[in-house]
Amino acid sequence: MSTMQKFVGWIDERFPLTANWKTHLSEYYAPKNFNFWYFFGSLALLVLVMQIVTGIFLTMNYKPDAALAFMSVEYIMRDVDWGWLIRYMHSTGASMFFVVVYLHMFRGLMYGSYRKPRELLWVFGMFLYLALMAEAFMGYLLPWGQMSYWGAQVIISLFGAIPVIGNDLSLWIRGDFVVSDATLNRFFAFHVIALPLVLVGLVAAHIIALHEVGSNNPDGIEIKKHKDPVTHIPLDGIPFHPYYTVKDIMGVVVFLMIFSAIVFFAPTMGGWFIEANNFIPANPLKTPPHIEPVWYFTPFYAILRAVPDKFLGVVAMGASVVIMFFLPWLDRSKVKSIRYRGTLYKSFLTLFVISFIALGYLGTQGVTVLTTNLARGFSVIYFAFFLLMPWYTKIDKTKPEPERVTG
Amino acid sequence: MKKLLFALLFVPLIAFGSEESVHLDKAPVNLEDYASLQRGARIFTNYCLSCHSANAMRYSRLEDIGLSKDQIKNNLMFASANVGDTMSISMSPVNAQEWFGAAPPDLSVEARARTPDWLYTYLRSFYLDDTRPTGWNNTVFEKVGMPNVLWSLQGEQVLKKSADAHDEHAAPEFELVKPGKMSQVEYNAMVGDLVNYLTWMGEPIQTTRQELGIVVMLFLGVFFILAYYLKKEFWKDIH
Repeated sequence: MSTMQKFVGWIDERFPLTANWKTHLSEYYAPKNFNFWYFFGSLALLVLVMQIVTGIFLTMNYKPDAALAFMSVEYIMRDVDWGWLIRYMHSTGASMFFVVVYLHMFRGLMYGSYRKPRELLWVFGMFLYLALMAEAFMGYLLPWGQMSYWGAQVIISLFGAIPVIGNDLSLWIRGDFVVSDATLNRFFAFHVIALPLVLVGLVAAHIIALHEVGSNNPDGIEIKKHKDPVTHIPLDGIPFHPYYTVKDIMGVVVFLMIFSAIVFFAPTMGGWFIEANNFIPANPLKTPPHIEPVWYFTPFYAILRAVPDKFLGVVAMGASVVIMFFLPWLDRSKVKSIRYRGTLYKSFLTLFVISFIALGYLGTQGVTVLTTNLARGFSVIYFAFFLLMPWYTKIDKTKPEPERVTG
Repeated sequence: MKKLLFALLFVPLIAFGSEESVHLDKAPVNLEDYASLQRGARIFTNYCLSCHSANAMRYSRLEDIGLSKDQIKNNLMFASANVGDTMSISMSPVNAQEWFGAAPPDLSVEARARTPDWLYTYLRSFYLDDTRPTGWNNTVFEKVGMPNVLWSLQGEQVLKKSADAHDEHAAPEFELVKPGKMSQVEYNAMVGDLVNYLTWMGEPIQTTRQELGIVVMLFLGVFFILAYYLKKEFWKDIH
């Protein structure tokens, strides 16, 4: 027995190191037919780690103080060694987190990854998405630019639309009558401690749930149905390590190429990742002509504005996110994967994607009669995708699923 | 069906373009041109840096555009004693508010907030207007509190024809009623240098950032080849 084996043995008697390694990596059997869409889970984890690490270094120099915050960011950009790189990685990471998560969720929609037995996996994922939105929203206030300030002002004031308790609630959230130093401090606390803890905890739950039920795949069939009679290993399964670790490394490199292209050549992404207005320090007395959230929130913002009544708008916006939690129970199709679904589901999914993108675009535009009417139309399609799902997935003409996974 | 769905995606674009916009001239930005940046720095410290601060910018950073510490100290520093100081001003924001109606903004990142083209056009669009307290107005920033501090160089111009607000290609027309020390070509070049400097000052690291970016991309390119063949090697038995 080598020294290394002895050492691992010593640990295993006290902590299930080898057992965990096997359960989650070397003997976790994933379907062998993962395609492009299956990169985004591991990429989301990568971005999370990157955000935490860059965040730690930013925290060392950032000042959560209304009088100092804006300039402390510029101080990081200019006087802190590699501060500009750390800051751009963090700001780009915020947007890329949503890019990756949206593609990850879309994968779930395409291949029915939320269906039984993966309902809880999906629900944990949705909680992750909610926590991520809160994390991003609070983080966006910290640079204390005009868009930080007025974006927060608008979003928090939405709580004021809730009957009876609304005003007290928004006052309680801000800790002041307007967004102020008190708000900045508490958002900082939530952004650097509370929400990252929640995120990490939920990621653990998400992965434990995944490894309990096993991964879905582009065919939407269960590989556990066909196991080797002797070893009980799924015939279409391959160990996650080394197969998917080496494959994911490839995905990581491609992702980093896109990520670096943004960080080094277009860190503001023409105003989509860092808005020009955010280079003006927050001024509570001067409202900018256009207040719009960052791109990843704009679909929901468009839904909010599409409803004439403020309170009902807030309800519609909330519902547009909450409704996604119920997907596992709305879908009545006999098959999971889009590969074997009929025209109806494919059309509804396409319409949904178009609505989501169109709403995202409309949310960045000023309000006109035309944009409002368009946003209304697309909001109806957005909700129809979910609300009509029990009906159209049931009557849709599906194709038979294969017994074993295909290419 | 697919075509129809695709067409639907572009519907929101119809809504675009209805907003009013101001015509902007293209600023001659070239961050590799150190001579231009140095001229810009000189104009900035001479003409801007008494009302406007650049609190995020240290004088010593000017070494990045080829100036020595002595050159900075002897030619560009008027108020501060130390090259490590930031470009702050002694005018208090409270006084400034009283004098100009609004405190002149800090210019550290103004080029990033406004865009270089906006600054380039703005600094050339002042015209005489008796209705304004300063006697100056601006077609890019209407009723601006700032007077044309470069008037002695540019001269004095009046607005001959306003631009059509719905056509962003239409520029307003000015007429020079009193020539300044510079010809129009010289003046445009000088504002170009100043805007070039402001663009650089908005993010002094930007050229280094891009240079480093190329190295990083090359590294990732090589890394990808290795990762690709590693994956291929491991997966050769999976069918």
